[in-house]
Amino acid sequence: MTSSSGYISSTPALEPNPTAGPVLEVEDLHVEFRTRNGVVNAVNGISYSVDQGETLAILGESGSGKSVSAQAIMGILDSPPAVIAGGGINFQGRDILKMNEEEQRQIRGPGIAMIFQDALSALNPVYSVGFQIGEMFRAHRGTSRKEAKQHAIELMDRVRIPAAARRVNDYPHQFSGGMRQRVMIAMALALDPRILIADEPTTALDVTVQAQVMDLLKDLQRDTGMGLILITHDLGVVNEVADRVAVMYAGRIVETGTVDDVFTRPAMPYTVGLMNSIPQVEAKGGRLQPIIGQPPNLARIPSGCPFHPRCPMARTGAAAAPDRDCVADLPPLRVVTVGREAACHYSEELLNG
Amino acid sequence: MGRYVARRLLLTIPVLIGASFLIFAMVYALPGDPIRALAGDRPLSPAVAAQLRAQFNLGDPLLVQYAKYLGNLTHLDLGTDFHNRPVLEIISDRLPVTAKLTLVAVFFEAVIGLVAGVFAGIRRNGYFDNLVLVSTTLIISIPILVLAFLSQYIFGLKLGWFPIAGITEGWYSYLLPGLVLASGSLAYVARLTRTSVAENMRADYVRTARAKGLPHRTVIMRHTLRNSLIPVVTFIGADIGALLGGAIVTEAVFNIPGIGRAVFDAVRGQEGAVVVGIVTLMVFFFIFFNLVVDVLYAVLDPRIRYD
Amino acid sequence: MTDQQQEQSLDPAQIEVDVRTGLGAPSADVTEGRQNSLWSDAWGQLRRNPLFWIGSFLGVFFVLMAIFPSWFARGADPRACSLTESKQPPSSAHWMGFDQQGCDYLANVVYGARTSLTIGLLSVIGVLLLGVIIGAVAGYYGGIADSLLARLTDIFFALPLILGALILLRVGPSTGLPILSDRGAGAVAIALSAFGWMTAMRLVRSQVIAVKSQDYVAAARAMGASNFRILTRHILPNAVAPVLVYSTITVGVLIAAEATLTYLGVGLQRPAISWGLQIENGQSLLRTAPHLVLFPSIILSLTVMAFIMLGDALRDALDPRQRS
Repeated sequence: MTSSSGYISSTPALEPNPTAGPVLEVEDLHVEFRTRNGVVNAVNGISYSVDQGETLAILGESGSGKSVSAQAIMGILDSPPAVIAGGGINFQGRDILKMNEEEQRQIRGPGIAMIFQDALSALNPVYSVGFQIGEMFRAHRGTSRKEAKQHAIELMDRVRIPAAARRVNDYPHQFSGGMRQRVMIAMALALDPRILIADEPTTALDVTVQAQVMDLLKDLQRDTGMGLILITHDLGVVNEVADRVAVMYAGRIVETGTVDDVFTRPAMPYTVGLMNSIPQVEAKGGRLQPIIGQPPNLARIPSGCPFHPRCPMARTGAAAAPDRDCVADLPPLRVVTVGREAACHYSEELLNG
Repeated sequence: MGRYVARRLLLTIPVLIGASFLIFAMVYALPGDPIRALAGDRPLSPAVAAQLRAQFNLGDPLLVQYAKYLGNLTHLDLGTDFHNRPVLEIISDRLPVTAKLTLVAVFFEAVIGLVAGVFAGIRRNGYFDNLVLVSTTLIISIPILVLAFLSQYIFGLKLGWFPIAGITEGWYSYLLPGLVLASGSLAYVARLTRTSVAENMRADYVRTARAKGLPHRTVIMRHTLRNSLIPVVTFIGADIGALLGGAIVTEAVFNIPGIGRAVFDAVRGQEGAVVVGIVTLMVFFFIFFNLVVDVLYAVLDPRIRYD
Repeated sequence: MTDQQQEQSLDPAQIEVDVRTGLGAPSADVTEGRQNSLWSDAWGQLRRNPLFWIGSFLGVFFVLMAIFPSWFARGADPRACSLTESKQPPSSAHWMGFDQQGCDYLANVVYGARTSLTIGLLSVIGVLLLGVIIGAVAGYYGGIADSLLARLTDIFFALPLILGALILLRVGPSTGLPILSDRGAGAVAIALSAFGWMTAMRLVRSQVIAVKSQDYVAAARAMGASNFRILTRHILPNAVAPVLVYSTITVGVLIAAEATLTYLGVGLQRPAISWGLQIENGQSLLRTAPHLVLFPSIILSLTVMAFIMLGDALRDALDPRQRS
């Protein structure tokens, strides 16, 4: 068809899922930032997959590589300095990293869409929200400006923005924080993506609004059957909406499993620390135990297990089992019980003890 | 918006009056005898001196003199020069020339400055970017006086591409002086654009635009440039006012009979009425274009609302 | 005459923005510590900037030339002239040839450095005096004083630097006022300061406003420090960095302005030795002896460039926002 013009109505990269496997598979992804002061290893070989209708939460502190990996999937890393140094990103069985620029572009939007943390800065201040939502239809389907605006109104209705038809020509700064985030969601959902990446979608919002936005996301996911990758450091949000969780530390996944498993019986001391650092109703009267120490410097990740300088269980030298010295040996991500993986030499002790 | 403009217009009046009074005071009120100064080395008969004194109300206190001047101004009487030529006529004679020169200069400033800045900003730290940085530093550092002579010597005298001076060859004669006049602003526009584009390239909403799967061209044109150009366009707008009042050296070197040349001649000949009239006009332009820019700003950036 | 624009383009927008976002927003009482780290960071940054080294080299070169012109004049006396040598082109013995009067041109150009740098320095001092005083008063006291001074600044700002100075210098000799009427370096410096202080004022004013609401200033006031003490000990030190950047660039701009005014016939007069005069005299001989315009022009440009490069480098180093 009119592929030369850049507007295509059915995208070859977006054939209905041919294999019944996961919609998105990340395999051994590495991302580095090559700066003047050296190489920063932001993502160091992470793998995960997301099925249709599934919600995967990626949990971690800032600087753990969770947002960078999401940006790598979207193809929106700032490069330079960011470079994808290895691995693969399979979307419906095809490696995005091996596609050409145009094919990648056609996946952004209809295939994988993303919503960002701060909707105020993520929306262009000089265009109306209707225009920015409508752009999706115009760029990917060649819809006319007028029709695109009509679609935008429908979408704004769908994300429950009151008086959508009246507000379609308003600018982002005229909306409240929660409404702006709904605009972002409407924009991301415009073309019914198979995967939605939500990068801290509620962090910038008031607590009451947070719940509304998460409810909305959940409802929309149920309606569309899209896979949802939820990037957050908010354990409460994870607990509420996620099916599975992957905990990241220093650019690695250090633990995965169902939310119930990971939250009730963490298999990695870092996850234990995370759980202890939030107030829990049952543990009333107990003290919060923050994780001591600083997040690692990604330009100089500690040897062995990157968490060892902060780990209360770390063992080295004579105290360590052979080849399981926390200071010298990097623990691989391995199956610890059914359906669970953890990257800790001593997960079993944690689980059993 | 209308109210804002009206209020701003009102606020410009004191500045306009203040500036013209400042010039008026410098020309007429500093110690010394302005009539003697007017005459310079020429001998002056007492009769002529008395007539001049009367004409410029020099017998009155300064404020009264100035009030009379303002009174005349209300019916567009800016006084006359020593040859009884109305100042207004001098202005209407010379202004079109300066306007043409400014137009040419703004054209160069906008086109060359913008294009250089955009390409430098898109590929920051690239080869072209460094070229732009070095050449703008060079251009900004060379005084306009030197630049005028240099270009006159090279392009006028040696290469013969452009007329050396005067405006006898129509628009063509304005090209070289226009480029010289524009040079400093041009370099600044290039730098401003470069910084602005480079900053915007990293903006969150540009990342969003890419995440939306917009074609590269659309991301750059619609989401990067549109936003980056707001400060540049406003600078260029304000610069029109500055250029209209800033062509003294260029007009002197290239012998262009505009208002810059006229005010320079008037200062040399101490033609007080001409100096005050033209400088007031220049200040008016300066203020007027700054006001235009403020309004333009609100049009370009929906976040800005003046009410 | 873009000296006005030169000044405008170089400073207000950019420096004022820098002030608002970068240097001018300290958050706690760390005036001293913060300043220290600012300067040591800046030095680390400066050392890696080629602009800084080129600018410093040129700057030192011309300052030496101004102080010890005989080191650079290759033994020639600028005032020892012989008409037989009139307009001789450059040669290996006389690198810049001779001017119309048959004076060694290299010596003349070299001796012009002192004039230019003196006026540049004097006028920047004048600009700073006016700017700092008016700006500090306006920013610190606020209210009516501020609005009046701000209007006054607007008035001066609307007048192009060269035009204002041109008029003042033209009427100067007939005023009989000291310094202003003697058509010397002092008169030029006064004229340039009188019409060039506005950006410095705005800079200082915005700094003062930004800092005076900080907690540590309130604390100093609560402990009974006098207004003057607060201004000089707490507020002005914070304005040093942007004012330094501004002043460095402005020295260059003012040197160019002096040459322009002299060229226009209202600045220095013979027998002063000045690049502006040399350019003006050479103008009519552009066809036959282009070197007479060329050499002073090049040296003038290099001098201006030295200060502008230094100022640019300082700005890059002192503005944390621009660091990558």
